[in-house]
Formats: sequence, C-alpha cells, structure tokens
Amino acid sequence: MLEQAFNGLVGGAFFALLALGLAVIFGMLGVVNFAHGAFYMLGAFGTYILLDSYGVSFWLALVLVPLALGLFGTVLEVLFIRRLAPLDPLYNFLFTFGLALILQDLVKRQYGVQSQPYPRPDELSGSIDLGLFTYPAYQVFVLGVSVAVCVLVWVVLTRTRIGMIVRAATERPELTRALGIDVGRWVAPVFGFGIALAGLAGVLAAPMRAVNPLMGGDLIITVFAVVVIGGLGSIFGSVAAGFGIGLVSALGNLYVPALSQTLVFILMAVVLLWRPAGLFGREDALV
Amino acid sequence: MTRTPLVGRLGTRPVLLAAGLVIALALPWLIYPPVAMDIACWALFAAALDLLLGFTGLLSFGHAAFWGGSAYVTGLISLHLGMPFPVAVLGGAAGAALLALPVGYLSVRLRGIYFAMVTLAFAQMIYFIVNQWRDVTGGENGLQGVPRELFGLDLSDPFIFYYVGLPLVLAGFFGAWRIVHSPFGRVLISIRDNPARAQALGYPVERYKLLAFVLSAALSGLAGGLFAISHGFASLQDVYWTTSGQVVMMVVLGGIGTLWGGAIGAGLVVSLNDYLSTAGFQEVGIVTGSIFVFVVLVFRRGIWGTAQQLLTRRSGNPRAEPSSPGTGEDAAPKREGVSL
Repeated sequence: MLEQAFNGLVGGAFFALLALGLAVIFGMLGVVNFAHGAFYMLGAFGTYILLDSYGVSFWLALVLVPLALGLFGTVLEVLFIRRLAPLDPLYNFLFTFGLALILQDLVKRQYGVQSQPYPRPDELSGSIDLGLFTYPAYQVFVLGVSVAVCVLVWVVLTRTRIGMIVRAATERPELTRALGIDVGRWVAPVFGFGIALAGLAGVLAAPMRAVNPLMGGDLIITVFAVVVIGGLGSIFGSVAAGFGIGLVSALGNLYVPALSQTLVFILMAVVLLWRPAGLFGREDALV
Repeated sequence: MTRTPLVGRLGTRPVLLAAGLVIALALPWLIYPPVAMDIACWALFAAALDLLLGFTGLLSFGHAAFWGGSAYVTGLISLHLGMPFPVAVLGGAAGAALLALPVGYLSVRLRGIYFAMVTLAFAQMIYFIVNQWRDVTGGENGLQGVPRELFGLDLSDPFIFYYVGLPLVLAGFFGAWRIVHSPFGRVLISIRDNPARAQALGYPVERYKLLAFVLSAALSGLAGGLFAISHGFASLQDVYWTTSGQVVMMVVLGGIGTLWGGAIGAGLVVSLNDYLSTAGFQEVGIVTGSIFVFVVLVFRRGIWGTAQQLLTRRSGNPRAEPSSPGTGEDAAPKREGVSL
C-alpha cells in the first residue's frame, strides 16, 4: 500500500509538471494550451531521437530538449498566439487544438503508432532501499526532479523581481503596465517556459512510459481535469492537485480497479458541485 | 427598416431553403452514397453544436460524448431489442439528452474556456467508461454488426438507405431551426450577448443554458445514432476527443452562429477526409489541424459568415439578413472576429 502511494506520487509528479506549465501560461496569457500534451510527447520523442540517431545521453537530453522546446514555444507565441491574444481566449484554445493535431500526426507519420523503447540511464537502473520497501531508483529521481522544479518555480515567483512582475501582470495587467513595467516583454518567455516544463515532463517520461505519438493527447485532458480541481489560474492549486490526484488515483486503483481512469473526472464533478472555482481558485477567475 | 431588405428577405430565404433541400436530395447522385449519409449526419451534428456555440455562446468541447454515446445506445437497442432503426435512433437521442443533464448541470455554471475544458473532461470520462465496460460496449472492438431494421425492408443499398434516413436529419434540422427562431431561442441569443442583462430581466440564465445544452445533445444524439446505423457499428472513435474537435472545426469553418454554415463545413471536411483516406493518407490530423489553424488565424467568420458579409455589403444595408443572428455587422461586436 505504501508502495502504491509512492507510485501515485510519481504519477502525480507528471501531472504536477504539466499542470504547472498550463497554470503559468494561463496566468500570464489567459490561454489554455491544448497543445501542452503534444509538447510533452515531443519532449519524449526528442529524447528518443537524440539517443537513437545521435547517441546523445539522457542527461544531456534533460537539458537540451526542454531548452529547444522552450525556444520553439517562444517563437510560437510571437508568431501566432500573440496575434490571437486580443480576441476571445477560445480562439487560442482552438488554435492550440489544431496545432496539437498537426504535431501528433506529423510524429505519427514519421514513426507510426507503436511505442519506441528507451532504456533507463545506467546511473539510475537499480533500486533504492527506502526503509519500508525498495523502489526503482529512476522513479525516485523523477519524483525528486518534479518536486525540485515545482519548489524552484515557487521560489522564483515569490522571491524574485521577475516573479513579482509575472504575478503582478497575472493579477492586474493594466495596473502593472501603468506602473511602467513592460508586461509584453515577459509574455513570450513565460509561454516558452511553460512549454519547456511540458518538454521536461516528456523527457522524464521517456524511460518509464511508452514513447508514442498518442501519449500526450489523453494525458492532457486528464491534466485539464486536475487543473479544474486545483483551480484554473492558481499555480499552487495546480501543483497540489497534481500530486494529490496522483496519490488518490493510485490508491483508488488499489481498492476499486475499475475506476482507475475515471476517478479523476468523478473527483472533478464533486469539486465542481462544491466549489465551482476549484479547490484553490478564486470565484472571480471564473468569468 | 427600409423596403429593400424586406423584399430581399422574402426572396432569399425560400430560395436558400429550396437550394438546401435540392442539395440534400441530390447528394447521393453526386457522390458515393455512404459518404453522402456521413455528410448528412455530420451536418446535423454541426448544427446541434452551433445551437450551443453560435446561439448560446457556449463552446462545448465534449460533444463526442453525446454523438458517440447515442451511437452506442442506438447500437445496443438495435442489436438486443431488434427495434426499427428510427426507434433505436430516437432512443439513442433520448440517451444522449439524459446524459447531458448531469454533465450540463455541472458545466453551465462555468463560462468560456472553463466550460470548454470541463465538457472536454466529462467527454473523456465517457470515453474511458465505454472503453472499460467491455461486456456491454465491446471495448476496443466497438459494437459490431448493428442491423438496419425497418419492418423487414431491404435497406442494405446505401443509396436507398440515404433516403430512408434523410427524414430524420431533416427533422433534426427543422428542430434546430425552430429552436433558434422561437422566443426561447431569442432568450438564448440575449444570454449569449449579455448574460448579466438577461439575468436582470428575470430569465433564469443557467436553466436556459442547461435546456439548450440538453437540446443540443439530443440533436447530436440523433445524428450520432443514425451514423451508427449507417455504418453498422459504433466505435471508440465516436466518443473520442478528436470527434469533439472535428465538429467544432466544421462549425468554425462554416461560420459560427449561422446554423447552415456547419453543414457546409461538414460537407467539406467529410469529403476531404474521405478523399485522404482513399488516397491512403492516414495522418488526417495534419490536414484537419492545418485547416483549423488557418481558419482560426485568418478566416474567423467562416464560409457562410463571409458570404453573408459580402452580400450585406453589396446591398449596402448592415441589417439585410436580420433573421440570422450571430453574424453580420451587429454580431461582429466588441472584439474583432465573431464572438464565441
């Protein structure tokens, strides 16, 4: 049971990284990025391609892939997302939906739907004795990285000048602008950063999950449910809900296996009934 | 109102209606009849979604749940009860409406992007349930061998089946048209344009939205059930999120808030998909995704909306088509582009 709880936390680590990226982007741009799952998939595929074609190690990929995807995201924001920003936010949702279809099927065309194998890095191939049970070292690493990144983002947002600007721009964009801060300058990098987080989750997923073009599509919808539970726009809520949902689904899976995939959505329904803005969301964010 | 647009109105509407009917009747002569049936089903599905998107201002990204849910219910009724197919399809539509009740109840309190995400999530839940409930739904194999039963008539010829199934589609379209042009539809439009004012005028906004949601789901179910009968099976694809996205694309491509635009979008997208799959191109998402991106970036009024705008401009009167809300000058409002 403890082991199952740990599995849940590792699953939650992916939810949290993806939800964090979504929340950061939504906070700054008001855009719900449907292509987030596609970028997660690209992260995993990038890692696979780097090793398969160029012999680039997992550790280098862990740095290179998020950087490359972050750059891609930044360019994407400047070229397209920005153009749609003055319109109803649903247009950007539709745009990223189309983008997700394109990216997914481009990869599918090249590599087919079967899963590509990716070995665990040698340094993490063993197990770690956690006292009560032994656990694969790689999974412990994933959990550690995810927690570290979430904490780091939290520290940057609350303790640095950049974080202050981002938070201010999220809460009161006009007022922030009136105070002489160039909000527009930060939009593209923040979007890129959110994409980089999705890419990072993808790299981490490569050695432990099936690398295939469809890996992101279903996952992202589950992450949407996680974000709704945590409260759209609440960065803390998204991360907390990410780990929490991971834990709850794993334990639910232990007791009621039939519900393993649907439990998240049942929880979402309950939360919507009780607090429509999500556990950590503000009511006025609903509009 | 001047005299010219009134004459124009009396003139164009029956002409357009007649043209639509002629196209609907002639379709299986022009293209492969099963594809014609697909277009008819998707056209009704698109109109059902537009009822919600264009006339109530709610973008549902989970309508696959109602289209596909009805496909399964219709299939089960046909398989196990041997009912005539129109009864099975109506049963499927009723099932979709029933399903829409709790989903809508939880979703209509949310707006805009939130509503889209939550409907998408609920539809994914339906997908997982259908996928897991193998004993009933056949899991990944879907429901196979759904019969086309109608008093023992031989409906195996898709050309004949088209004309037998078409009345259901036309009835659905008539229903959607009636809803839009009823006092109830006017209230929906007012909710779309200004929910706060509608509320202040004493309309229970959420209850209206819920009813619109359920009606839209029922019409989607009508289309999805007929689709299942036409193909002889219901598959997981019917409840998958790409289906929800595809119907949204048809409506946006055809023109949001035009009701008939979605039919044009459906015709184009279904024909294109058919062409691609016959050509052996499997990654349809590359093409449909590109159309999506193109339409959203530079063609937001859609085909019908653009045509209407051109007509309006020519007649020099911004209110020449007052019977079609959601487009034209008076609905290209506060923000640039069509308001969602």
